[in-house]
Amino acid sequence: MSAVPSTPTAPDSARLRLHARRKRVNAVALTLALTAMAFGLFWLIWILIETVRLGIGGMALSLFTEMTPPPQAETGGLANAIFGSLAMVSLATLLGTPIGVLAGVYLAEYGQKGWLGSATRFINDILLSAPSIVIGLFIYAAVVARTHSFSALAGVLALALIVIPVVIRTTENMLSLIPNALREAAYALGTPKWRVIMTVTLKAARAGVLTGILLALARIAGETAPLLFTALSNQFWTSDLAQPMASLPVTIFKFAMSPYENWQKLAWAGVFLITLGVLLLNILARVFLRNRH
Amino acid sequence: MDAKVNLPVTEKPKLSVRHLDFYYGGFHALKNITLDIPERRVTAFIGPSGCGKSTFLRTFNRMYELYPEQRATGEILIDGTNLLTTKEDVSLIRARIGMVFQKPTPFPMSIYDNIAFGVKLFETLPRIEMDERVEWALKKAALWGEVKDKLNQSGSGLSGGQQQRLCIARGIAIKPEVLLLDEPCSALDPISTGKIEELIHELKTDYTVVIVTHNMQQAARCSDYTAYMYLGDLIEFGPTTDVFMRPKKKDTEDYITGRFG
Repeated sequence: MSAVPSTPTAPDSARLRLHARRKRVNAVALTLALTAMAFGLFWLIWILIETVRLGIGGMALSLFTEMTPPPQAETGGLANAIFGSLAMVSLATLLGTPIGVLAGVYLAEYGQKGWLGSATRFINDILLSAPSIVIGLFIYAAVVARTHSFSALAGVLALALIVIPVVIRTTENMLSLIPNALREAAYALGTPKWRVIMTVTLKAARAGVLTGILLALARIAGETAPLLFTALSNQFWTSDLAQPMASLPVTIFKFAMSPYENWQKLAWAGVFLITLGVLLLNILARVFLRNRH
Repeated sequence: MDAKVNLPVTEKPKLSVRHLDFYYGGFHALKNITLDIPERRVTAFIGPSGCGKSTFLRTFNRMYELYPEQRATGEILIDGTNLLTTKEDVSLIRARIGMVFQKPTPFPMSIYDNIAFGVKLFETLPRIEMDERVEWALKKAALWGEVKDKLNQSGSGLSGGQQQRLCIARGIAIKPEVLLLDEPCSALDPISTGKIEELIHELKTDYTVVIVTHNMQQAARCSDYTAYMYLGDLIEFGPTTDVFMRPKKKDTEDYITGRFG
C-alpha cells in the first residue's frame, strides 16, 4: 500500500490553491478566446451589413440584363461582367481542379518521401503564397505580351494558376488524414494501387477535396489583380475567349473608384452579388456533402 | 536460442514457414521462424505486445511491402510455392490470402458495395449472381439478418461489431483460401466478440484461419493450434490443448498462467 491518505476530509490548502489558480487561468483564457472571436465577428458582420445595405438598392432585373453603362447614364446593369466572371471562374476551376487533384494525389500517395515530392511541395508552397498580382504579371509577360492582346483566356490561365496550389495543398492534406488502416484493408483484398486511390482513399477524402476546390473557387471569384493585366475589361458583351472580357471584380474596382454615382451604385451591387454567390456556394456544398454518407 | 522448432503438425499444411527473418530497417523483428500452418484449422499466435505476432501475420499477404524499409527473408510456401519470391502478382496472392484488421475498416461506400468491391476486382458477375454472392458472404459472416434491409446504406453507419463482421464478409466474398485475422475482436464488446468467435469456428470448415490475439482465453476457445512468440522468437508451437495444458517450455507456462506478460 502506498502513502495515499485514507481520509478525503480536509484537502490540504495547497491543493485548493492550485485548484483556484487553475480556475482563474481557465477564466482568463476563455475571456481572451471569446474577445478574439467577438473582434473577428464584429468586422465580419459589419462588412456583411454594409454590403447588404449598399448593395441591395442596386438589385433589379436590369442588373442581369443590361450591359455596363457609360458614366451618368440612367440605365445599365452588370450582365457582361456577371457573365465574364462566371465564364472565367468556371473555366479556371475546370482547368485547375484536375491538375491540382492529380498533383495532390501524387504528393500524398506516391511522392511522400522522394526528392520530387519534396521539391513539388516546396514550390507549391511558394506558389500558394505568391501575391496574385505577381501571377497576373507573369501571365501578362507570358501570354498577353506575346499574343499582343488582352484576352479572357489569359484571365482564365491566371485564375487557374491560383486554383492549382490551393487544390494541391488541400487534396494532399485531406488524403494524408485518411488512416493507413483503410489503405491496407483495400490492398489486403488484392486491390491495385491506382484503384485503391480512386475508389477508396480519394472517395473517403472527397468532402475535404471538394471543400478545397470550393475554397479556391471562392478565392478567384473575388480576385482583381490577376485579371487587370490579362482579361482587362470590356464594356460590351463578349463570349469570345480571345477578346478582353469584363468581370465583376475588375468592374467593381473601376466603378468604385469613379466619381459617378450610377457606377458606384453598380459597384456595390456587384460586391453584394459576389458575396451572396460565395455564401450560397458554401451553403450548397455543405448541404450536398451532408446528404451523402 | 534453439532455432530448431519441431513441427508438431501431422495434418496437411496449407502454409509452410521456413527460416523466416523479418527486419524493420535495422531492427530484427522475427528470428528464424519455422512452422507449418495446417489446412482448414484455426491457428492462433499469442504473445506479449511487440513479440512479432502481427508482423508475422503481415508477411503472409506481403502487407509489409507497402513500407519500403521493411523486408522479409526465408520461405513461406503456399501449396509448395514460395510466396515471398514468386513472380505471381502480389494482388493475386492477396486474393488467395485474405486479411481482417484490428480496427473495423469499412470502405466509404454502401454495405452492398463494400462486399462487391473485392469481388469485382477478380470476377465479372451479372447483377443476380453478385446479389447472391453478397448475400452469401453476409450470411457467412452472420450479418445478413441485421443488414438485409439496408444494403444501400453506408457501411460506416453500422456498429463496431457489425462493421467488423462486414469486413470479414468482405474478406470471404472473394473466396480466399486463407483468412488472416489480426486481433479482430480487440475493439469489440463481449457480445460481438462471441459472435465473431462462433464465426471463426464455422469458417474453418472452408478456410485456413490464422488469428493473432492478445486474449488467451480466445486462443484457447477457438484455435486448434497455438504458437507462443516472444521478442521475435517462436517459443512453442503445437496443438492448443497441449500448449495450454502441458506447455513444454517454462516461458510459455509463465505467460499462459499470467505470471508474466
